[in-house]
Amino acid sequence: KEKEKEKEKMCSGGTLSILRSDSYADLSQYRDQHFRGTRYEQERLLRKSCTLYVGNLSFYTTEEQIHELFGKSGDVKKIIMGLDKVKKTACGFCFVEYYARGDAENAMRYINGTRLDDRIIRTDWDAGFKEGRQYGRGRSGGQVRDEYRQDYDAGRGGYGKTVQCQ
Amino acid sequence: ETGQPHKRRRTSEPSEIEERLESLICRVGEKSTSSLESNLEGLAGVLEADLPNYKSKILRILCTVARLLPEKLTIYTTLVGLLNARNYNFGGEFVEAMIRQLKECLKVNMYNEAEYLVRFLSDLVNCHVIAAPSMVAMFENFVSVTQEEDVPQVRCDWYVFAFLSSLPWVGKELYEKKDAEIDRLLSHTESYLKRRQKIHIPMLQVWTADKPHPQEEASRLYLLYTYLDCLWAQIQKLKKDRWQERHILRPYLAFDSILCEALQHNLPPFTPPPHTEGSVYPMPRVIFRMFDYTDDPEGPVMPGSHSVERFVIEENLHCIIKSHWKERKTCAAQLLSYPGNNKIPLNYHIVEVIFAELFQLPSPPHIEVMYTALLIELCKLQPGSLPQVNKGHLLEVIMCWVFFVCFFGWLFFVFFSSFDRSDCLTQDLEKPKSKFVREVLEKCMRLSYHQRIIDIVPASFSVLSPANPVCIYKYGDESNRSLPGYTVALCLTIAIKNKASNDEIFNILKDVPNPNQDDDDDEGFTFNPLKIEVFVQTLLHLAAKSFSHSFSALAKFHEVFKALAESDEGKLHVLRVVYEVWKNHPQMIAVLVDKMIRTQIVDCAAVANWIFSSELAHDFTRFYVWEILHSTIRKMNKHVLKIHRELEETKARLARQHKRRDSDDDDDDDDRSSDREDGPLEEQIERLQEKVESAQSEQKNLFLVIFQVIMGDVFAASFVSWSCSCSEDMGRGLSFYLQHHQIIQQYMVTLENLLFTAELDHHILAVFQQFCALQA
Repeated sequence: KEKEKEKEKMCSGGTLSILRSDSYADLSQYRDQHFRGTRYEQERLLRKSCTLYVGNLSFYTTEEQIHELFGKSGDVKKIIMGLDKVKKTACGFCFVEYYARGDAENAMRYINGTRLDDRIIRTDWDAGFKEGRQYGRGRSGGQVRDEYRQDYDAGRGGYGKTVQCQ
Repeated sequence: ETGQPHKRRRTSEPSEIEERLESLICRVGEKSTSSLESNLEGLAGVLEADLPNYKSKILRILCTVARLLPEKLTIYTTLVGLLNARNYNFGGEFVEAMIRQLKECLKVNMYNEAEYLVRFLSDLVNCHVIAAPSMVAMFENFVSVTQEEDVPQVRCDWYVFAFLSSLPWVGKELYEKKDAEIDRLLSHTESYLKRRQKIHIPMLQVWTADKPHPQEEASRLYLLYTYLDCLWAQIQKLKKDRWQERHILRPYLAFDSILCEALQHNLPPFTPPPHTEGSVYPMPRVIFRMFDYTDDPEGPVMPGSHSVERFVIEENLHCIIKSHWKERKTCAAQLLSYPGNNKIPLNYHIVEVIFAELFQLPSPPHIEVMYTALLIELCKLQPGSLPQVNKGHLLEVIMCWVFFVCFFGWLFFVFFSSFDRSDCLTQDLEKPKSKFVREVLEKCMRLSYHQRIIDIVPASFSVLSPANPVCIYKYGDESNRSLPGYTVALCLTIAIKNKASNDEIFNILKDVPNPNQDDDDDEGFTFNPLKIEVFVQTLLHLAAKSFSHSFSALAKFHEVFKALAESDEGKLHVLRVVYEVWKNHPQMIAVLVDKMIRTQIVDCAAVANWIFSSELAHDFTRFYVWEILHSTIRKMNKHVLKIHRELEETKARLARQHKRRDSDDDDDDDDRSSDREDGPLEEQIERLQEKVESAQSEQKNLFLVIFQVIMGDVFAASFVSWSCSCSEDMGRGLSFYLQHHQIIQQYMVTLENLLFTAELDHHILAVFQQFCALQA
């Protein structure tokens, strides 16, 4: 045990900043505008969070697929599927919570930016799930990005909502 | 100038300068508009100018890069050489600092870092910083470790390795100056290698040599715990080639005229620190090869497996991964910009090194998913140019996907390499190849969905497609109404749909007769398999929609589960019913078992018993079963470690509290007040101690269950207790052993003959014993 402590001292006393780089696991620029609390509190929570937001999912991607993929970086505690507020069906995002932060970090490093259901998915730190956050915030009930989208995306309900209404 | 502004300037500058110095030093050697030589010369000039004010910082940075950036070894030895030529004293101080650092590393069991330091020191001979005879003297002390008595073999191994592995860099120079001494060292080494114990598991020689190869290792995939022998063969060949080594980049050659004018330093006599109880040496390494000179006939030839170039390239590529594992894009870029691209088949080396890490024992140095992400980044940077292992398959697609979906990556590689598509159809479905394909397809299905797999698998392969993962509810059909418990099942279904409470459920279940006994004892819940059957079948069926639905069901009716599964038989039966319902959906079984362990509906031993039960015998070699077993073991191990840590932390808190009290000047001899302070913590420690003991006994019990099946009762008991005495972290040791056993068991050629035979177990046990003995 003594040796472990000395070893840690040696390692921390002599590292190089180029080797400390961990850009995939760093906080992104995004901050949830609906967060209740100070910026400081939000960032504190983000830095110790075990929960990831996962975006750009297909509407048809299941919890099982997500569990299999995200299980590669560690034991998944819980998955909460994002739902359309009106239809209560999947609307292309979810939250993945791990038991250990290290496992979430590995997901950010190695699963973020890879494919699921042939779509490049995106993960980001989340301050923690709260009831109500499983719903899309777009006016039509889905995610905001699907309100104004101009392109056709078969996995996400086709055209964006505003386009559909035209 | 007085006061604040002046002060501020002084405190902010030094750290900025240190950062700048570190950045300058770390970045030398990267892509630049100027040549490496002129960059080195420029940097040497800057550092020389900064020496008067920042000498200790520069020393620290240089020592750190020597330890942490071994892939740039010769760049930094050249830099030190230039500095030494300009400032002899600095050179001396650097050497002293390096020796101090080396001693520290050895003391705290940082053997990988120590190896890089030794290599750095030896390359400093090439830069005229260190005198060759003193380096030879250090190596003499290293090799004489082999004469020590009563030390672990792995200790001797490491010192021999440290000597041999430096020779590609400095062999030529040392032999020119001290050939007799080097010859003597080599001869001592040879006799050590002859007498040291070798372990190997002559694994699966699956990769059949379908091409004629003169080399004995050609196209063979096997594990050797004789990495030293491989290096020895490489050094012997190097010597035969008169120490000509052409791969290593040596910037110091360009500065020869400057460097040979420099005065050299003598290494102080270095005695390897003695072996202590706490010394932990590196595990023997595995040499893994998958390519040879016949691969990629169009491109540059792959250095032979006994060439020293192969060793150097592999070392450097491993170091690059070690430096940049957190940054997958950077890692891929750094790997692909390894120098010598047009002379060596770099892409093949990269792929081989990645697989070598994945196959490392007991486990890869980094999480498996890192390697898949890295392969994907490599493919992005070099689309279409990664090597094809087997004609007809796009390696970049299949490899990434196979690893991404599979649990035991290396086994898949093993089978993949001999994979001839039509083979698995004509043969028995139980044959390894067919099983392999089925398991791969099942894993692929987990990441997509059943219909997709059916759609993409060619018709001729459809027999290997996975089952549709639907739940099987025995009370579902009207035609089953004669089954015992059918009406209760219907009742339960309605009740649960109407949001019944646990009490209401208990009430309904009261009416279920117990096929095991004559009089129904409904006071307690003695084991009633029919009750369990009806309840679990119905609930799981109702909650079948998704994982979340099933988890909610487990949570809502936790009380009922706990009561029904109170006894060991109850736990076992719950697991059996889960299997019956979900046997088409192994992923669901795995997550349910995980949840039930975590919510203490079943315990780890029950899961082990269930896995080894006769009902599961035909599924025994399926991956999901072992996935569950390993996950269970992991949870058990994590649990034990967690409680251990809690106990240590609480003890530390108590110690700090005592220390604080002792250091107080307060002479108040009130024993009672200090007892009162200690009270709660001491109670906590006692409780945690009990928790640790009970967790450890549960862990031991789990392994006993497993090994009883594998090797019989009597043997198991003594094996487990012997393992406990061998290694502190029994959990890890036994997990490792189990992985081996499972792998050998699953994929030996004639499964039936070797399954559970005493011979197999003794063989495996012997191997494991040897392995432990290395560390003893």
